[in-house]
Amino acid sequence: MTRFSFWDLALKALNAHQDWGHQWRKPDPKPEYDVIIIGAGGHGLATAYYLACEHGITNVAVLEKGWLGGGNTGRNTTIVRSNYLWEESEALYDHAMDLWQDLSQELNYNVMYSARGVMMLAHTVHDIQVFKRHVHANRLAGVQNEWLSAEEAKEFCPPLNIGRNIRYPVLGAALQRKGGVARHDAVAWGYARGADRRGVDIIQNCAVTGIRRHADGSIAGVETSRGFIGAKKVGVVAAGHTSVVMDMAGVRMPLESNPLQALVSEPVKPCFPCVVMSNTVHAYISQSDKGELVIGAGTDQYVSYSQTGGLQITTHTVDAICELFPMFRRMRMLRNWGGIVDVTPDRSPIIGKTPVPGLYVNCGWGTGGFKATPGSGHVFAHTIARDEPHPVNAPFTLDRFRTGRLIDEAAAAAVAH
Amino acid sequence: MTLSFRTSKGGRIDRAKSVKFIFDGKTLVGQAGDTLASALLANGIHLVGRSFKYHRPRGILTAGSEEPNALVGVAKSAAAAAAGQSVPNLRATQVEIHEGMVIVSQNRWPSLGFDIGAVNDRLSPLFVAGFYYKTFMWPKSFWNRVYEPFIRAAAGLGKAPTAPDPDRYANRYAHCDVLVAGSGPAGLAAALTATRSGARVILAYEQGEPGGSLLHDVGAQIDGRPAAEWVSAVIAELAGNDRVTLLPRTTVFGYFNQNFIGLAERVTDHLADPDPSLPRERLWQVRARQVVLATGAIERPLVFPENDRPGVMMAEAGRIYANRFGVLPGRAIAVATSCDSAWRAAFDIKALGGNVVAILDMRTDVDPALKEKARAHSIRVETGCTVTGVKGTKRIEGVRLGRISGDTVSSAGSLACDCLLMSGGWTPNVSLHSQARGKLDWHADKGAFLPGDPVQAQRSAGSCRGIDGLAQVLADGARAGAEAAQAATGNAVDVPAFSASGSEVSSGWWLGAVPHDRDASRVRAFVDFQNDVTAKDVKLAVREGMHSIEHIKRYTTTGMATDQGRLSNMNALSIASTALANEIPQVGLTTFRQPYTPVTFGTLATTSRGDLFDPVRRTAIHDWAAAQGAAFEDVSLWKRAWYFPKSGEDMHAAVLRECRTVRESVGIFDASTLGKIEVVGPDAAEFLERIYTNPWKKLGIGRLRYGLMLNEAGFIMDDGVVGRIAEDRFHVTTTTGGAPRVLAHMEDYLQTEWADLKVWLTSTTEQWAVIAVQGPKAREAIAPLVDDIDLSTEAMPHMSVRQGHVMGGIPCRLFRMSFTGEAGYEINVPPSRARQVWDAVFANVERLGGCAYGTETMHVLRAEKGYIIVGQETDGTVTPDDVGMSWAIGKNKPDFVGKRSLARPDLMATGRKQLVGLLTKDGKALLEEGAQVTAEADPAPRTPALGHVTSSYMSAAAGRPIALAMIANGRARHGETLHVPMPNGAIAVEVVPPLFVDPEGSRLNA
Ligand SMILES: Cc1cc2nc3c(=O)[nH]c(=O)nc-3n(C[C@H](O)[C@H](O)[C@H](O)COP(=O)(O)OP(=O)(O)OC[C@H]3O[C@@H](n4cnc5c(N)ncnc54)[C@H](O)[C@@H]3O)c2cc1C
Repeated sequence: MTRFSFWDLALKALNAHQDWGHQWRKPDPKPEYDVIIIGAGGHGLATAYYLACEHGITNVAVLEKGWLGGGNTGRNTTIVRSNYLWEESEALYDHAMDLWQDLSQELNYNVMYSARGVMMLAHTVHDIQVFKRHVHANRLAGVQNEWLSAEEAKEFCPPLNIGRNIRYPVLGAALQRKGGVARHDAVAWGYARGADRRGVDIIQNCAVTGIRRHADGSIAGVETSRGFIGAKKVGVVAAGHTSVVMDMAGVRMPLESNPLQALVSEPVKPCFPCVVMSNTVHAYISQSDKGELVIGAGTDQYVSYSQTGGLQITTHTVDAICELFPMFRRMRMLRNWGGIVDVTPDRSPIIGKTPVPGLYVNCGWGTGGFKATPGSGHVFAHTIARDEPHPVNAPFTLDRFRTGRLIDEAAAAAVAH
Repeated sequence: MTLSFRTSKGGRIDRAKSVKFIFDGKTLVGQAGDTLASALLANGIHLVGRSFKYHRPRGILTAGSEEPNALVGVAKSAAAAAAGQSVPNLRATQVEIHEGMVIVSQNRWPSLGFDIGAVNDRLSPLFVAGFYYKTFMWPKSFWNRVYEPFIRAAAGLGKAPTAPDPDRYANRYAHCDVLVAGSGPAGLAAALTATRSGARVILAYEQGEPGGSLLHDVGAQIDGRPAAEWVSAVIAELAGNDRVTLLPRTTVFGYFNQNFIGLAERVTDHLADPDPSLPRERLWQVRARQVVLATGAIERPLVFPENDRPGVMMAEAGRIYANRFGVLPGRAIAVATSCDSAWRAAFDIKALGGNVVAILDMRTDVDPALKEKARAHSIRVETGCTVTGVKGTKRIEGVRLGRISGDTVSSAGSLACDCLLMSGGWTPNVSLHSQARGKLDWHADKGAFLPGDPVQAQRSAGSCRGIDGLAQVLADGARAGAEAAQAATGNAVDVPAFSASGSEVSSGWWLGAVPHDRDASRVRAFVDFQNDVTAKDVKLAVREGMHSIEHIKRYTTTGMATDQGRLSNMNALSIASTALANEIPQVGLTTFRQPYTPVTFGTLATTSRGDLFDPVRRTAIHDWAAAQGAAFEDVSLWKRAWYFPKSGEDMHAAVLRECRTVRESVGIFDASTLGKIEVVGPDAAEFLERIYTNPWKKLGIGRLRYGLMLNEAGFIMDDGVVGRIAEDRFHVTTTTGGAPRVLAHMEDYLQTEWADLKVWLTSTTEQWAVIAVQGPKAREAIAPLVDDIDLSTEAMPHMSVRQGHVMGGIPCRLFRMSFTGEAGYEINVPPSRARQVWDAVFANVERLGGCAYGTETMHVLRAEKGYIIVGQETDGTVTPDDVGMSWAIGKNKPDFVGKRSLARPDLMATGRKQLVGLLTKDGKALLEEGAQVTAEADPAPRTPALGHVTSSYMSAAAGRPIALAMIANGRARHGETLHVPMPNGAIAVEVVPPLFVDPEGSRLNA
């Protein structure tokens, strides 16, 4: 496989781009693999990539019921930040943040990680207390996060309305400067290409329909729409459908699946420099490199596997955006879509072993797992390869819902992404 | 200026009324009834914009909402344009011009004619699909500083408005039996049929004028009269029926679950001087029993080299401009087609005196009748002939011709023309059917996906389901209207029969790239015009392993432009399927997403703005507090009086004074926002027993108890004082923000887990205003006003409640309780009488040297006593024991919500964070709420903190700052010195019990 570069591009242009090869193969499943990953989202593909290049485990298949990257990875609003509250979360998300810094070079695929700053708005006294708690906790943990007054927030994001005339005036903001956005498809494709080149089989249009276990309860392999495929170890990374897949192995998950919607405007010339989030008025926004305003909100309230969300969520998201950025009221919504997110009771992910020997799970990222993609794949690969968690994901057990050792980001912050 | 491209007669424009507008600084003239596109064409202007990636000059391609090229910025007037209130990216084909409108072209600099960005077109050999994933990675530091800013600067089409939007938007909810989308022949026939059956009908159509294709199908006759006359008669009948709602300029943009439909109505943009009482746009949210989709078909471009040049236009669009708008799209017009319908454009244009230089049909087996007609019009006809390129960049000057034989094409010379009308046949418009989750069936004979079985209560009619020919379309519309009405109302419905003559069934179609004889590596044939995706890009994506149509879409961006692939999707799919050597239905379409066409944010936000963004809840005392100059804080939906500054006081001074006053004499506080729930029924005590941690069964009538509520995980969820009013009646209070959550929590348990309990819950938050009177002189302040309650401590001790009257008959529930540590009362009265009572109490309070206080003082006073605030000391991870409230847990209760979780190992573990007080060593520094607490003054990076400061205030009573904190193992640390590291150094603190005044609690019982 060729290495991507400007020179390569220029060279290939001479022959009208006829000489590009596949970025990944289209293999048929082998009878058996050392490791099968269920779900070719960013997290599953990253897991396969790190299994191959950090643990030398290359007899790996990633099984995907649709097209790779077509789940939440390809539907999300790509906010990347790490200013979470608890030490466990800080370590996990900052691990990912470290990997983002060089990901384009590591993958030789431009994932367009753009550190343009993520600013979270405070609208109430309670918000201020919560955000300051984050800022202080993050500072001690070495995680970037700073408090801005309303005026400083406006300086950082000139379109922001800090007038007193709105229902919930902006009282200040927490800013993580190296937070930003990245190109979601490129993350999936870059990991897919990197994993494929190291021998991983990515098998699309291959839905897992059952999990077969040996008499001793350990993993034997998976039933799929393309027949049985044997495996010594299976990692489930199926986001909103994790409970369904885990149920195939008889494991009940503490997850609820909800639709989460997002939308984009028509593309316009650059007019929005950073990412702004507000959980109190339920909206967040950035501008893509294509010029579209990318906007999202909280989940639809009801649990569902249908990706059609309700219009009331869209209208309530857009009204909040129009309050904060009143010049956008004349902009127009171009596309609106949804994904199914897997939400845990403490809004933190589950990454680790399960009661079934050889079965591992990485889920519960809910509304905010894109940012963790590199770190999540990295520690999950470690967990599968060594059959024990990496120190970073050790606290994120399935068991914590039994022991009560929760990592409650929702309670602490009530911030979604 | 003469509109030299106007026909001498015909069209539906008002030739008597000219309209002046400005395009890129130049004043132009159109006629009333023109769209911007028709007016520009009438002025001989095709070049209207530049494409996204290559900045190629682009013209007007269509006459409808599917337009990908002719996007413009529009302001209603020069003043609005100057004020930054324009709208970007509007389709010139949809904009109805009015006097004074100001239009700018987009994505060009410095001018439309000369655009620096067009250098991208020269670099296009590099800028192929996905190029940015492969480069801009070296050197790494260049990405943020050089490459990305460069890419971003090139992004976008139009410019976002810069000023707040002065316009209003409205919202309407509606129900109907039958909603019809589209007012072409199928839609009108459906609406008419449904209406005559007595159904309630909404007919929504995109354009200002109803009629769809009938408006330009000038030869057509229905029921013996010209089609346009028939349209007027039908509309008159519908308009005269009060069960019908006609919605012009209204797009059915979203099809949601259970036939919930979103519509966007554009109310005033087409008017120069609208009635100021009208909104700019209106959102309709309609629950329709049945829906008829009559959304027509969209003509498909031919993908030949340089097919994107200004002057190349869809054939039907050419016919529309000629017949409906009286505009000839060129002086020498050629037609390139693979489909019969385009011949009509040639004939109609010729009939209007236009110059049609040739009809070039890719087919060899063209209907002889068409050829005969062309001969009669003396139009040159070439069959087996295709266009292989054009001459000219900003406007075509001619086309190259190719002769097709089998798979090969040979040059067949060229043809001079300034306009080329093209048609690759028709794509049924199945967007809404697909949005409604209906499946699509591939019909190889028609080269089209047609609606399969619907999932929701909807049906398609007319050309959106592949029906062709006017008579057939009308019959299909009537059928659909009748079926829908019958399904919705149960009435039997007569299906009218229409006699029609006019547009016959049209045959022939072409999908995908058109063969040519040019050097494939040099020429570009565009599939997606706006995003500059070529046939080669689609093939490249396949070559690189993008085998899913969704990958192809994302990699090339085909179908992702503002037209959402309406023109491009089928061609892209066909090219992809050829490259993949797979059948079209196996490759499959990408998902159709709402909105159908872009919807204004303001329309979605509707009236939700400013104070209407969220309801503002105000207490009965609000106006009084405002008049006193109180500052307010937002607490959930409520406005709460925060503090009452006297002149010259800042918040700090005001709060210190209020605190001191309450402890020294008396204060009055508006506690009306607390949630209140009346819990009634024979099992009320049992219910509370299970919901709260505390025991309730033995609570005497007339007694109060502080209640603590956990969630299932065992963590504190809410708290509040509960009074027993009668054996079977409790007055429950909750936190202000928690009220709805607590009621929902209670109802959830009552309805799903304990349906056997006889208990009824009623929110009474709005039924009781609450006037808290706290301080040593509290009793003195209220005593003169109480009619029939004995206030002596013996008769009414701390934590008791009495029902009675105040001020000569105003009913009240009087609570003796305290959130300040002082003796105090809370007078619950009906809000309608609250102000009267408040005024009287306040007069007494003032006389006694007291004052009104706000939430900040309330917070300080309770912190001095170590009382927690749920959400401030607690954060959803805190157990009763953590905050020193094990006493609130009924030890002998068999169960309560959260009990089982409290027994989980981690909730019983040692080392949990516990509530403590903190005093700064220097006695002066005020800690910051949220600050972390550590053992060392200068902890090593990533050392976990012991906890954090939850509350911190200057305490008048303690004469120094005080703080509450949650600290690991805190109760065992009393007396220890810890540190609060701040950016400019750590503050040393001593851990103390969380109680700063009156440790014995003697003041409470005074
Ligand atoms: C609208 C939206 C906005 C979001 N915004 C953000 C954001 O701004 N920042 C952020 O950090 N996160 C965000 N998220 C969350 C983020 O997208 C996810 O947490 C993350 O992408 C999850 O990645 P994944 O690889 O685990 O899941 P996915 O990408 O969903 O991958 C799971 C894959 O498993 C496959 N699968 C499921 N069942 C089976 C089966 N039986 N057999 C085979 N394959 C199966 C699915 O098809 C899917 O491809 C957002 C999510 C949504 C929906």
